[in-house]
Amino acid sequence: MDRGRERRPVWVGVATLVVLAAAWYALTTLTHAIGSGRFPSPAEAWEALRQITLTGYADARLLEHVLHSVKLVLLGFAAATLIGVPLGLAMGASRAFEAFVNPTFLLLRPIPPLAWIPLAIVWLGLGDAAKVLIIWFAAFVPAVINSYSGVRAIEPYLVEAARMLGAQRAMFVREVLIPGAMPMIFTGLRLSLQACWTTLVAGELIGAIAGLGHVLYQASLDIFPAMIVVGMASVAVTAAVMTVGLGWIERRAMPWRRA
Amino acid sequence: MSATATSRELSLPRWLALSIAGFVAFFGVWWAAAASGFVAPQFLPTPLAVLERFVALTQAPFVGYTLQQHLASSFGRFALGFGLAVIIGVPLGLLMGWFRTLDAIVSPLFDALRFVAPIAWVPFAALWFGTGIGGPVLIIFSGAFPPCVINAYRGAKYVEPRFIEAAQTLGASHFRMITEVLLPASVPSIVAGVRISAGLGWQSLVGAELIVASSGIGYLLVKGQANISTAIVMSGMIAIGIVGFAIDALLRRLEQRINRRRGL
Repeated sequence: MDRGRERRPVWVGVATLVVLAAAWYALTTLTHAIGSGRFPSPAEAWEALRQITLTGYADARLLEHVLHSVKLVLLGFAAATLIGVPLGLAMGASRAFEAFVNPTFLLLRPIPPLAWIPLAIVWLGLGDAAKVLIIWFAAFVPAVINSYSGVRAIEPYLVEAARMLGAQRAMFVREVLIPGAMPMIFTGLRLSLQACWTTLVAGELIGAIAGLGHVLYQASLDIFPAMIVVGMASVAVTAAVMTVGLGWIERRAMPWRRA
Repeated sequence: MSATATSRELSLPRWLALSIAGFVAFFGVWWAAAASGFVAPQFLPTPLAVLERFVALTQAPFVGYTLQQHLASSFGRFALGFGLAVIIGVPLGLLMGWFRTLDAIVSPLFDALRFVAPIAWVPFAALWFGTGIGGPVLIIFSGAFPPCVINAYRGAKYVEPRFIEAAQTLGASHFRMITEVLLPASVPSIVAGVRISAGLGWQSLVGAELIVASSGIGYLLVKGQANISTAIVMSGMIAIGIVGFAIDALLRRLEQRINRRRGL
């Protein structure tokens, strides 16, 4: 990611991480300044990682938990994209449609996705359906809003040119509307994906039978700090991998934007 | 904004008619689904029933407190976590924007931690600080912190080099450089970041209270869920929406005022 005008020297970053790892080792294993009831030592964290990957924890192995969580996120995310993006495009293209749909949107938008979790549980119970519903909701709002703004940000002269050249409706949508709105659509999808992931972890923490949030929940019940660390690291790594994956799709979808 | 050519601007009466139709459709579908009898009122109450419950919650205590008291305790936690995030995050971002070594040290850590969803801090928050005020505050902080740092950092990085050069020529110290050049120049970016972080903080608060709290608006939701009372859950959601909206509206006004004063 581009953050700043000059590249940071890599070695300083590596050195920081090394120093930090050393400090972690020193504080926990060497001096016991931080008790293992509060934060695990590197050895304990490694042991917990071995345990969850090889024999399993909270009813499944790490890979199964990760796949379970990722599956739910992708389901909810795909459903939200398939419904949200066309809805946003339609709202952007038609003022009448926008005026009609906007009130519902204004009412639902200020409610954060996490606040839907109890409602989803009341309606659908603790199973996967409730998770998919809240993930869907988390991804839906950013998908709609950004697709909508994407259409509104299309240069008017492109639209006029297409009209003047007699583009039919289907062709107009395919050749002008969608490509024009694409950058904003992807911005929305990136936000969506992040929201999905947070929401899923929260949903699984509150009630689930599998998944990374469930690992965290179980570890916190068992007062097992090493497993909490492993769970948090897995959440972070999975999120990073999904973000990178979406970036790859984005570059594929918009080859003309190679900067 | 002038009309983009994607479609014509609507006349005001038509816009109004369509908007009202939209409202009516939303509540109409809701009411019809609830009143049809296909769904038990316990699961889908009518809009009116939710309103009644909302009013009742403001008068009679539920799980120990009235709705206002729950909101007040939530807001206290929010203010603390959000305040800490701004007080620590903004200076850190500015310092990172000025001292390249600090940037190189902190950035990798920060980037790594940013991928941990704020809500994933819940187990440690509970373990370290309990369910009173400390636990939720840590989670709000971890949600609200990144935008403060990132925006202050970006603001400081994109200050016009000639301002910096001018200040350097005049012999400004590091301290004065940060407080009198970088800070004022990055105010718009900082305020935008603070607004984002308030939104994320409020959202994290709700998540935190769903899991680790014994009062507050999120706790009210969980208890409503446990009682299988959709009306209580929905009342809580409405209250969350209203407060979240109010916080954002307030900060947006602040943002506009600052930008106007700066002639943007």
